[in-house]
Amino acid sequence: MTDALRAEWTKLRTVPGTVWLLLAVVAATMALGLGADAAANCPSGGCQLDPARTSLTGIYLSQAVVAVLAAATIGSEYSSGLMRVTLTATPRRTTVLAAKAVILTALVLAAGTVAVLGSVLAGGLILPAHGFTAAHGYLPLSLRDGPVLRAATGSVLYLILITLLSLGIATAVRDAAAGIGGVLGLLYLIPIIAGIASPHWQRHLHQIAPMTAGLAIQATTSLRSMPISPWAGLGVLAAWAAAALLAAALLLQLRDA
Amino acid sequence: MRSGTVTGGIISAYQSEIGEGPDRFAQLLRAEWTKFRTIRGWLAGMIIAAVVTVGIAALDHASCGGIVVPGGSVTTGQGCSSPVGPGGEAVTDSAYLVHQPLAGNGSITVRLTSLTGQSAGAASAGTTALQPWSKAGIIIKASTRPGSAYAAVMVTGARRVRMQYDYTGDIAGPPGPVSPDSPRWLRLTRSGDTVTGYESADGTRWHVVGTVRLAGLPATALAGLFAASPAGSESAASSSISGSSGGSGMNLATAIFDHVSLSGGQPGQTWAGDDVGGNAGAPTGTGFHQAGGTFSVTGSGDIAPDVPAAPGGGGGFAIEHTLLGIFGALVAVIVVAAMFMTAEYRRGLIKVTLAASPRRGRVLAAKAVVVGSVSFLAGLAGSVAALLAGEHLLRSNGNFIMPVSTLTEVRVVAGTAALTAVTAILALAVGALLRSGAAAVTLVISVVVLPYLLENTVLPAGAADWVLRITPVAGFAIQQSLPQYPQVAASYTPANGYFPLAPWAGFAVLCGYAALALAVAVIMLRRRDA
Repeated sequence: MTDALRAEWTKLRTVPGTVWLLLAVVAATMALGLGADAAANCPSGGCQLDPARTSLTGIYLSQAVVAVLAAATIGSEYSSGLMRVTLTATPRRTTVLAAKAVILTALVLAAGTVAVLGSVLAGGLILPAHGFTAAHGYLPLSLRDGPVLRAATGSVLYLILITLLSLGIATAVRDAAAGIGGVLGLLYLIPIIAGIASPHWQRHLHQIAPMTAGLAIQATTSLRSMPISPWAGLGVLAAWAAAALLAAALLLQLRDA
Repeated sequence: MRSGTVTGGIISAYQSEIGEGPDRFAQLLRAEWTKFRTIRGWLAGMIIAAVVTVGIAALDHASCGGIVVPGGSVTTGQGCSSPVGPGGEAVTDSAYLVHQPLAGNGSITVRLTSLTGQSAGAASAGTTALQPWSKAGIIIKASTRPGSAYAAVMVTGARRVRMQYDYTGDIAGPPGPVSPDSPRWLRLTRSGDTVTGYESADGTRWHVVGTVRLAGLPATALAGLFAASPAGSESAASSSISGSSGGSGMNLATAIFDHVSLSGGQPGQTWAGDDVGGNAGAPTGTGFHQAGGTFSVTGSGDIAPDVPAAPGGGGGFAIEHTLLGIFGALVAVIVVAAMFMTAEYRRGLIKVTLAASPRRGRVLAAKAVVVGSVSFLAGLAGSVAALLAGEHLLRSNGNFIMPVSTLTEVRVVAGTAALTAVTAILALAVGALLRSGAAAVTLVISVVVLPYLLENTVLPAGAADWVLRITPVAGFAIQQSLPQYPQVAASYTPANGYFPLAPWAGFAVLCGYAALALAVAVIMLRRRDA
């Protein structure tokens, strides 16, 4: 396993795209988060906005970036034929998948932590000027606050789970572009479709969709009206990621590379 | 195959016996079409695109204007159908009308001395609830049937004289306060199908506000006084947030008229009062009092186009509601179109392609034509089927679908197909630029699908407005079937289906992005080694 890990680390490290994608994770999270912070406004009458969620809006975009990183990691091996070399060197195929998962998790953990900390810090600095003040019932955004800490750590975990989901799907379809299309379709389409479903089904869709359920972890206000509680929501996403990885491992074992 | 021949010691180079092929764009198209159709996954992707569009429309379980309250329970809306006006559009036609028959040509003249408003809820009685579009004045109307033709001159809550006709027509007159000190004189004159509205400050010097033709006005129409006040707009509701008044934001408007004169009326007729529209939700308190020559008319509702997003709007659905599944189609089409380009790079096929057709710009053009046409067909098949299936499903669940002209319907459906095609070309061009399928798919989905999701969920209204102006999502404006009416106060937001840009302007933004990407892709394809 150590050798497999080192091999995967070398492969990822020596591709220039990896660094750019990790920087893009930070940039995308921060940029969209800053935009949402700047656009948010909480007038005196009170508002429905969740400050933690607003400053972490960027996760909507950066999840696409980590999905690319994961899908490309496996997809490029198939498109270039490197997969055959990899599997010759490491005949235990699940080890290859596990090694990729571990390395990707470590990278996304690092980039995601920087991105989320930056976003929360920016939110703490910007939002008070837009009406999110104690007078309107908002505490300053700080990681010392339990729910905010949950939203922040949960957002990093969310990015990691999306990475694993994407790795699983891309391995199953053996193509980066088709894999990424499948992942983003799964993430973005269900919330859009939920708009036309009946309220009953809408609630169920939000409970089982990987994105809406997973992002429940970002909620710090009005938890009672959420379709699913924060940690249960992240659990739903974890189940999706586990199912995708399991399917990928099975297909990897059963099929020719 | 024939090897080079040696004749008389001179070695002549090999020349194929096959003649030089025609170097036409048609050949290139055929080559690209062959590449496209022989990959099963790509054809399957296009079929999936069409099927997903219909499948999502079939998931629609909306029921009759039902709305969710924060507790999670569902209430059924009151408006499950709306009357249809002379222009074929859904309308709201409820007001209190004091009328007499008007046989043939004639005119009605009144002096309006006051227009005041009240909230219909008993709890907050006494608060001024005059809406900007509360209205009272005189009207000539075909009948009391909701949706019948009319022309009216009125004073609105915004203190302005206006002439309105056939629900959508709205002509502004001069502004000015209305009070017992400075009353307004209003006059409507019918001559055949033509109705002319006048206003005056003193009853002697009259100004024409407008002249309109009402097709199908019967020989004997109605002439009379009316008052109406639409339900409170959201801004008005939030400003009085402390008192959550009952009566679901219903409002009353009371107008005082005197100097009422009708020429062309039938002798012996008296004034009759009617709650036109007769909606069950009409609040108590409507009616009229006549004391000598003075009339006090109190009414609720609105005579205007039906806007589902308005506080008093019916629960009708716009036709584009059935086309939400196009997002699923777009994801499939983006993946196929990007791979159509990037797959050439994977196995080095691009070198063969460019050797066979050295003019690189034409290769990209041929690919764009092929993938654009296939995507257009997939989008068209999907959206036509989704519209038919979706409308059927909505109607069978008791919903009302906002009627639109055939031309609009064609624009929405063909526009959705065109949207699919242009998005595919954008994905192809981005694929040619990035030469990586995963990156191209992610980038295009992030600019075409993600902003729509964000503006509908997390972005504040101001930011959402800009997203829909400057990102490729602006193209979805082509799906907007209902116009905005300035004379109806409503939240014309993207979430309610109203885009900041006009349909073709929004579509042009998307086309601009695709054209720019394609142009840069051609330049880069020429400059870079394959």
